[in-house]
Amino acid sequence: MSTSFLDLLLGDTITRFVFFPTVAGLPLLLMRRAPAATVKIYALVVSLVELALIGLFVVGRWGSTGALLARDAVLPWIDLAPLSVVYEVGLDGISLPLVLLTGLLLPIVLLGSWNGIDKHWGGYAFSMLLLTTGILGALVALDLFVFYVFWEVMLIPMYLIIGIWGAERRIYAAVKFFLFTMAGSLLMLIGILWLGWTYGRLTGVWSFRYEDLLRLELPIDQQLWLFGAFAIAFAIKVPMFPVHTWLPDAHVEAPTGGSVILAGILLKLGTYGFLRFALPLFPHAADRLTPWLLALALVGIVYGALVAWVQVDMKKLVAYSSIAHLGFVMLGIMACDLVAWQGALIQMVNHGLSTGALFLLVGMLYERRHTKKFEDFGGLAKPMPWFATVLVFSTLASVGLPALNGFVGEFMILVGTFKAGWRWFAALSTVGVVLAAIYLLKMLQQTIWGPITREENESVPDLGLREALTLAPLCVLMLWIGVAPKPFLEPSRPALAALLEDYRSRCAEPAPDEPLLAPARVSAGSPTFAAGVVDQEAGR
Amino acid sequence: MDALSLLWWIPALPFLGAAVNGLLVRNGQKGLVTFVGLAAPGASMLLGLTAIWQYATGLAPEPLRQAVYSWTVGEMSIDVAFRLDPLSAVMTFVVTVVGFLIHVYSVGYMGREEGYRRYFSFLNLFMGAMLLLVLGSNFLVMFVGWEGVGLCSYLLIGYYFDQEFPPEAGKKAFVVNRIGDFAFLVGMLALFASFGTLEFGEITERVLAAPEIAKAPYVFGLSLAGFVTLCLFIGAMGKSAQIPLYVWLPDAMAGPTPVSALIHAATMVTAGVYMVVRTNVLYQLAPEISLFVAGIGAATAIFAATIGLAQNDIKKVLAYSTVSQLGYMFLAAGVGAYVAAIFHLATHAFFKALLFLGSGSVIHAMGGEQDMQKMGGLRKHLPLTYPTYLIATLAIAGIPPLAGFFSKDEILAGAFAGHHHLIWGVGILTAGLTACYMFRSVYLTFHGSFRGSHEQEHHLHESPKVMTVPLVLLALGAVTAGWIGIPTGLWEMAGFADHNVLHHFLSPVIATLPGVDTGHHLSHSTELLLMLVSVAVALGGWLVAKRLWGGERGLAADRTFAERLPFVQRLLANKYYVDELYDRVIVRPLAGLARGCWKIVDTLLIDGALHVGAFVTELTGDLGRFSTTGNIRNYALYFFAGVLLLFWWMIF
Repeated sequence: MSTSFLDLLLGDTITRFVFFPTVAGLPLLLMRRAPAATVKIYALVVSLVELALIGLFVVGRWGSTGALLARDAVLPWIDLAPLSVVYEVGLDGISLPLVLLTGLLLPIVLLGSWNGIDKHWGGYAFSMLLLTTGILGALVALDLFVFYVFWEVMLIPMYLIIGIWGAERRIYAAVKFFLFTMAGSLLMLIGILWLGWTYGRLTGVWSFRYEDLLRLELPIDQQLWLFGAFAIAFAIKVPMFPVHTWLPDAHVEAPTGGSVILAGILLKLGTYGFLRFALPLFPHAADRLTPWLLALALVGIVYGALVAWVQVDMKKLVAYSSIAHLGFVMLGIMACDLVAWQGALIQMVNHGLSTGALFLLVGMLYERRHTKKFEDFGGLAKPMPWFATVLVFSTLASVGLPALNGFVGEFMILVGTFKAGWRWFAALSTVGVVLAAIYLLKMLQQTIWGPITREENESVPDLGLREALTLAPLCVLMLWIGVAPKPFLEPSRPALAALLEDYRSRCAEPAPDEPLLAPARVSAGSPTFAAGVVDQEAGR
Repeated sequence: MDALSLLWWIPALPFLGAAVNGLLVRNGQKGLVTFVGLAAPGASMLLGLTAIWQYATGLAPEPLRQAVYSWTVGEMSIDVAFRLDPLSAVMTFVVTVVGFLIHVYSVGYMGREEGYRRYFSFLNLFMGAMLLLVLGSNFLVMFVGWEGVGLCSYLLIGYYFDQEFPPEAGKKAFVVNRIGDFAFLVGMLALFASFGTLEFGEITERVLAAPEIAKAPYVFGLSLAGFVTLCLFIGAMGKSAQIPLYVWLPDAMAGPTPVSALIHAATMVTAGVYMVVRTNVLYQLAPEISLFVAGIGAATAIFAATIGLAQNDIKKVLAYSTVSQLGYMFLAAGVGAYVAAIFHLATHAFFKALLFLGSGSVIHAMGGEQDMQKMGGLRKHLPLTYPTYLIATLAIAGIPPLAGFFSKDEILAGAFAGHHHLIWGVGILTAGLTACYMFRSVYLTFHGSFRGSHEQEHHLHESPKVMTVPLVLLALGAVTAGWIGIPTGLWEMAGFADHNVLHHFLSPVIATLPGVDTGHHLSHSTELLLMLVSVAVALGGWLVAKRLWGGERGLAADRTFAERLPFVQRLLANKYYVDELYDRVIVRPLAGLARGCWKIVDTLLIDGALHVGAFVTELTGDLGRFSTTGNIRNYALYFFAGVLLLFWWMIF
């Protein structure tokens, strides 16, 4: 008896937690007449159930020694010989941290949007839930076609969130976001189709399965074109200099929840894409272009920091800081060193936590004062001591203060990059550490410190219980990861190590002149997923 | 009780205190705040002293390492571990004892502050971070403490956050320190990449086993040791306020006075010296960098001393004095007199903390006034503050047999013995200047007649016991702390067995490398002569101060000076315009570059190209719209043309 999609949806599977938010969110669209509180509580419950689903699924598989933690049964999807697309999803140590982060941020975002969103709350919440499905799907997809579909699914709800619930220039920002991302993803689609077609030419059957495509050995010129297509799509998402200008606009116009998800997770899909697809699929091209990408990452670190420093809008400052932080992640990924990769992965999570908290705080301030401009603030520590405390805490995490989470990622990235022989890139990007202190402390200076210069600021209410609840889990994690990062680093290590070993061994061999199909690899050091299968078959 | 197995509690206890006061206690519960705020560092001190005692009296005092847990995994496996050896023992002693006394003093000094709870929470946090710094067994733990004390410094300088200047000063401190930390970080990267570990013990062992690794060329014509020590020293420049990164320390005086005493005089700012001594094995292999360290130290020492001469804010005088004395310590470390550097660090902690607390007592009595021009004659009103302040001044000036004499003398002897005669000369000159500006502050503050307002005079009073008792205890330290390091030469000349306790205790942490000559020895007569010279210079400085500012002379000398040499006076009073220089040369151009990136690259170039692209697309769309007329016959025509085209393509 073959498994059906419904079986997957109802079983203890990855598919269940991927689609649950959307399915459970559908009633929100029908709850037009329902009281606002009902809608909000329903959405929050859905998000908490989702978090529980993810949590339970992961806990059950924790401690697996293999690279792959779990994989759902493969389902045929489109079968038009010779074209064959399958639905295949799996979870490994690379996607795991981001999946958990997504699950964590969803209820926080909904709780954080409680009063800030004043129209169509149900529609907003549904967009968020649909977005979650898109994100989770893209993170667990083991078929490039499936990946692409989820990738595009993310685009629409985010477009709506900015375009409907955004600030004054929301349409401009939404369109800019959409066009930038779309331009990149079309290139990637062409690349994916090319890969599937090449596989078909060699075997007679088209395939988009990650595992199959990893066996393709392409000549260097094809690799360069294809890597370029993927890299542009991912670089726009990260975003890397010079395709970053959609980000500040999107952040400034997006509602708080949108910004949190955008910075917290969406951007990471870009860096994740590099790590999961662009590097392993086209090792020789990646290897050849490494210095250029490292240079772009470095430019991003310094450029983002400098521009952040001169912003007059608090939210824009945080947005530009994201460019700098993601620059560190890219540096780590392109360094191709295990320590750097571990650092890059944990840094993706760290940035989600600290920048997520910062966007929430900006949003809370905006709800009280209806402005995000520094000139309207100053001295807020007096009326809002708890707000100030959390802001200082999150800012320090973002600055990369040791014993808070930001330092762990940055330090590992720098160590790995330096160790891998890219000394100059590591040393120069350390400048970003200095600049981070400059612009982030400027932010504190202009918002909470100093005398109160405006009457309205004298009696701004401090954080309420709901707001404290949205921030508390983030703060706890920031401290926990900073003080004892080991448990957070451990689960990802086998997957990263396997991926790196495979990448290195493929780089070591010259690229062929004609496309070839390597035999399926089954050794322990082979591609991430194959290694996982071996583990499972061995009954571990 | 086996205090050694509880080593990690020494830093943990103050952290606990900070957390309890910061998160659990409420603002109103003042008694509880005081209890927690004192109990945590107090317990930490008792534990620390017990551990040091048990360690020092142990049979074979091997360095003790205690790993608490593993921080990371895999290739970069680093433990959160602590290390007790003679060096960290001395540091822990100084930090916990001076730190605790300053906590006690704070109860009186900060008693009426609204932010009392916040203050104690931060001060405890500082103690925890500082102890992490000195007890850490590897660079990582040290760096956590290093940045942690920087954070506390930021928070405490900006304690009066609702004013304009203090938070700005805090920010400046943090940012300037970060510049140093950047280099520290790069140094750590190089160390880790070369040795695969950040443990002090392992690195020292490997370097001792194979010094050629550290001497191998690395970058810029520097050896590995040279590169690493340069990076680490730049880090030290930031934290320990050396040229060119000293500019934050004078501004840091915006914080409450006990904070200045604890963080910006006795403990945190000496972390750089501690680090240099901790890595002395590398410095010994990098003689060119060591010389650079000594040069920067000497330059900073005399440079800051000249500024100190022209300051009228009592805390600013002490701030520049601190910068100058820190320069002294680096001078010592640079010439290879590592023990002397730590010795001076320890004695300085006592007398400088005492000076700051004394100035705090003065400021307390003056109702917040810090300008010495408005003081004078205070000795009558402050019967305990005056003698203790005087003792500290004698100690820092290097008058025997007080603490500063022995430590300073050992530094100068070290410089002389290493044939660094120029550096010795600068050191001696600085010693004279030190005596001069310190006694200037004594005369202007405590002697002569009162120059402040009538109201202030009426308000004058000695501080409560909770403040004066720490003063007395610190004074005791300022007198006696030097006796642990009475030079071997003196013992021998007097016909006794060598009781240079500090030297014997610390010698295991100073690496002995083959081919590196550290054992410069002076003959007894030279040693004695040098001592006499430095005492004479100190007395000379004192006499000059007495002639210029003593008795009822007050500020007359300053006025004459300003009239005769207005240029020099302005230069000194404005601290050589270094802040202004940095602003013009670094800050503003950088801000200009940042604005250029934003307005020109982002907005004009990238978005501009985008908008042009969008415009062209729209234009094309408009052109297309002309053809979509809505007329059915036109569409039929298009359709027919299309079909023709298709046929044409299929046939040919």
